[in-house]
Amino acid sequence: MSDAAAPAAVVVCAGLGKSFKADHHSFQALQDIDFQAAPGAVTALVGSDGAGKTTLLRLMAGLLKPDAGVLTVVGVDAAAAPGQIQARIGYMPQRFGLYDDLTVQENLDLYADLHGVSAAERAVKYPQLMEMTALSPFTRRLAGQLSGGMKQKLGLACTLVSTPELLLLDEPTAGVDPLSRRELWQIIRDLVRDTGLPVIVSTSYLDEADRCDHVIVLHRGKVLTQGAPASVSGVAAGRSFLVTPSGDEKPREMQARLLGDPAVIDAVPEGGRVRVVLNDPAAASALPGVAPGAVVATPAHFEDGFMTLLRAAGEPGVAPAANGPTAAVAASGLTAGTPEGRVEVQVRNLVRRFGAFTAVDNISFEVRSGEIFGLLGPNGAGKTTTFRMLCGLLSVTGGELKVGGADMRTARASGRGRLGYVAQKFSLYGLLSVRENLDFFASVYGLRGAHKRERIDWALHEFELTPYVGAPSARLAGGHKQRLAMAAALLHEPELLFLDEPTSGADPMARRDFWRRITDLSDRGVTVIITTHFMAEAEYCDRIAILDGGRILAQGAPAEIRARGAGETPTMEDAFIAIVEDSRAAESAPGAAA
Amino acid sequence: MTAAVDKMGPRAAKLLRIWALIRKEGLQVVRDPSSFAIGIVLPLILILLYGYGVTFDVKHVPVAIVVEAPSPDAADLTSGFSLSPYFSVKAVTTLAAANELMLERKVDGIVFIREDFARQVRLSGASVQVILHGTDANRARIMQAYAQGALAQAGARAASEGGQDLGAGPVSVQSRLWFNDADDSHYYLVPGLIVLVMTLIGATLTAMVMAREWERGTLEALFVTPVRADEIMIGKLVPYFLLGLCGLGLCMLAAKFLFMVPFRGSVWVLGFTSMLYLLVTLGVGLLISTTLRSQFLASQITQLVTFLPATMLSGFIYDLRSVPAVIRVISYGVPARYFVALLQTIFLAGDVWSVILPNALMLGVMATVLLTLTRRAIRKSLE
Repeated sequence: MSDAAAPAAVVVCAGLGKSFKADHHSFQALQDIDFQAAPGAVTALVGSDGAGKTTLLRLMAGLLKPDAGVLTVVGVDAAAAPGQIQARIGYMPQRFGLYDDLTVQENLDLYADLHGVSAAERAVKYPQLMEMTALSPFTRRLAGQLSGGMKQKLGLACTLVSTPELLLLDEPTAGVDPLSRRELWQIIRDLVRDTGLPVIVSTSYLDEADRCDHVIVLHRGKVLTQGAPASVSGVAAGRSFLVTPSGDEKPREMQARLLGDPAVIDAVPEGGRVRVVLNDPAAASALPGVAPGAVVATPAHFEDGFMTLLRAAGEPGVAPAANGPTAAVAASGLTAGTPEGRVEVQVRNLVRRFGAFTAVDNISFEVRSGEIFGLLGPNGAGKTTTFRMLCGLLSVTGGELKVGGADMRTARASGRGRLGYVAQKFSLYGLLSVRENLDFFASVYGLRGAHKRERIDWALHEFELTPYVGAPSARLAGGHKQRLAMAAALLHEPELLFLDEPTSGADPMARRDFWRRITDLSDRGVTVIITTHFMAEAEYCDRIAILDGGRILAQGAPAEIRARGAGETPTMEDAFIAIVEDSRAAESAPGAAA
Repeated sequence: MTAAVDKMGPRAAKLLRIWALIRKEGLQVVRDPSSFAIGIVLPLILILLYGYGVTFDVKHVPVAIVVEAPSPDAADLTSGFSLSPYFSVKAVTTLAAANELMLERKVDGIVFIREDFARQVRLSGASVQVILHGTDANRARIMQAYAQGALAQAGARAASEGGQDLGAGPVSVQSRLWFNDADDSHYYLVPGLIVLVMTLIGATLTAMVMAREWERGTLEALFVTPVRADEIMIGKLVPYFLLGLCGLGLCMLAAKFLFMVPFRGSVWVLGFTSMLYLLVTLGVGLLISTTLRSQFLASQITQLVTFLPATMLSGFIYDLRSVPAVIRVISYGVPARYFVALLQTIFLAGDVWSVILPNALMLGVMATVLLTLTRRAIRKSLE
C-alpha cells in the first residue's frame, strides 16, 4: 500500500513542517512529513502524546497553515484554499464537535444545513445513518445526555451527512468502552468497503492501528516509519517471547522486574504470562529469575514493533522502580507484608438510585489488602458512581459499605483519611506549581512540619517530578499530570488507593510507567481499586469485576474471566464483550428494549 | 455534495447556513439555563430591584434642629422641617448635643437656629446654619436642596404673615429641578435600567457564546464545513439582537406600567438608537469572546469593560459634568455614555435632535468598528 501511485492519492504530503510559538519559544510540532493516503483505505496515525497526530489532522482539515512543504488534500492545496477542502471533507475533532444542548436530530440537521444537503439527499441519507449508528430510538434526546459511545457515533454521523470525499477522525475511541469501540470500527470498515471512502484516523489503541491498511508512526513530530501494519510488527519479528512466571511470582511482578532489565525492550502481562520483547533473541535463555523452559517464542504483535521502534528512536524505557522494594517501604513508611487476607473493602448489596434511575444495582465484592482490584465496564455501567460511594462522596441508597473497617455510611471522615482518590479528570490546581499543589494537598491531609517536607520530597523523588517542581501543573504533559495526581493522592500514606480511569487517553509508554508504579505500590501493601477501558490492563489486576447496567456480571481472577471468552486463546477484550453481550441478550429476551 | 450546493445555488446555500446557525443558537439560548438566567431572569430582577429596592430619593433623613431660644419664628421654622416627608426631626437645645448625635451618625444633618434668631428675623433677615454629613456627597447635595427649600418656604410664610416688605425677606432661595419636576429618581433610573439590561444581554451573554464553542471544541467541527466566518458572526448576532429587543420591550413595559415614567420622545427613535447600542455591546462581547477563547476570562473582562463603566461612567448615576476631568475624558470611550444621554433625552425631554444626532452617530461609528474587528477576529483557523 505504501507505494500507491501518486495521482490517485487522496492526501499527498511532502516535506511538511509546522511549528508553534509559545512563550517566546518555537516548538517544532511536525518536521519533514512525507506520506500519501491511498483512496479507499484506512490510514492510522499512531504515536505517543505530543507526537503530532492532532496537528497533522488539523493541517489536513485546513485548520492550521503549514510552515514548510506541500500538502494536497482531495486535490486541493491546503495552504492556498483551506475553505475548499473544508467543504469537501468530514472531520471529527477529539470531543466529537457536538452541541450538547441540541438533540440528536437537531445536530444532524445543523450539519446537513451547513453542508447544503438537499431534502432529497436527506431522505436517502438519514435512514442510512440511523441504521448504521442505531441511534433512531434516540433522535429526540439531547446530545449531552448520550453515553460516550453514542456521542461518538453521532459525531461520526454528523461528519457523514454530506457524503465527504475524505474522513478525518481524531482519536474517535479515546475514553470509550470496548463494545462501543468495536461498533465504531465496524461502521468505519463497512463504510470503506461499501463506498470506498478514504479514512485517516489517529488513535492511541495500537490494536486498532493493527487492523488498518496503512500505518504512520509519528514520534516527536517526525515519521518514524510507515507502511502496512505487518511492517511495524515485523520490526520485532523473532524478538517476542512469552514467559511463564514461576513460583509465587505474579505476572505483573515478573513484568515489572523484567521491564527494568537492559536486555528487555518491553514487557506486558498477557494471559497469565508475560510478553517480552528482547533486544537480542539470544538473551531469551538468560533472563534473570526465569526458569529454563518457561520462555517460548511467539509471533510479534503490532505493539511489540511499535515499542521497539520507539526505543530505537531514543525513547527511554520505563524506569525501574525508583527504590528497591525494601528501601521504598522504609522511605514511604508503609509496612510491607500486611497479613494477606485482611478485608480492606467490603461491599454488600450496594444500591444507589438517582430518582427512578438505578445507577448501582445490588452489587457485592470484597477487596483484600495489597490486592489490585479492577472494575471494568462500558460507559454508564456504574463504575464512577461505585467509586464515589467508596470514597464517601456520594451517599448510599442501600446496602453495606465498609472501607478499611470504617462504615462509610456513618464514619465517612475516618474512612477517607485512609484512602487516596485519583479522579477521572485532572483535579489539581492548574495555576499552582507542582510543589505548591503537593504542599496544598499535604496540608489538607493534615501533614505538618518536618513530616510534611519529608513526604513532599518523597513524592517528588518517587514520581520523578523534581525537574518540574516549579512548573505550573496545567503546563505538564499528560503523563506527568497523571503522576502528580497520584503523588498528591499518596502524600498521606493511604492504605487504599482508588483510581478512576487513570490511563484513559494515555499513550503506551505512559501506561507502562503508570502500571509499574501501581505494581510497586501493591508490593508495599497498598490496596488498589481501579477502573479502566483498556481490557489488556486487567491482566495487571489480581481480581476483576465486570459491570454493566449497574450490576456485576462476572467476578474473579483475570484467568477465570478470560476463559469465558470465545475462541481458543480469548483475550480479555473478547471475554469482556462476550460477557456483556450475553447479559444484554438475556435482558432483552423478554422484549425489553435497551 | 458539491453538486447539492450547485443545485441549491450559492446564495440559497448561504442563507440556509445562516438560518441553521441562528436556529442552533436560538435553541441553545432556550435550553441552556445560564443563557436563560442572564437573558431573561437577570433583567427581570434588575427591573424589580431598581424599581422598588434602589431609589436615590432621600426621605426621612434624621436631622437635629438646635433651637437655642424658643420663639414663634423658630417654632415655625422647625415645623417646616418636621412636616416635610424628607426629614425626621430631633429637637435639641445645644449645638454640642447635636454634634454628639452627628458623630454617632444618629442624624445626618444639623439645622442650627441661634438664640438671636427671632430678633434677627425682625431686623434684617436671619441666618440659619445647616450642617450636613458629607460622607455621601450625593445624598448631602440632595439634602441641601431640600433644606433650602424648607427654609425658603418658612421664610415666605414669615414674610406673608408678618406683612413685611419683600426686600427684607429672611432667606431667599430659588431652586428648581428641570426635567424631573417631581424629583422622582425613577425618572432617571429607568433609562439607566434600560442601559444595564441591554449591556447585560448584549455583552455578558455573547461574551460566553464564542468562548463556549472554543472550550467545547464545537467550533473546530464547525470550521470544517462550507460555513464562512461572516456567517458564523451573523449566526451569533441575530439571536442575541432579538433577545436584546425583548429586553428593551420588557423595560419599556416596566417604565410605563410599573414606574409611570413619562415618555416624551418617539418610540421609533428609541428603537433605532437602542438597536445601535445593542450592536455596540454585541460587538464588544463577541470580540472579547472570540479573542480570549475562555468563558471565565471573557466574562470577567466583559464585566470590567462594559457593565461597570455602564453603571459608573455613563452619567446614569454620577453626573459626568461634576466628575474630575480625567474621568470625563475616559467616559467618552464608554458607549453607554452616549446611550444614557440619548435615553434621558428621549424619555424626559423629547426628540431633541441636537442631542440625538451626535450621540447616535457616535454609537453608529463604534458599532461599525467593533463588528469589523469581530469579523476579522473570527478566522476559520486554530492558529
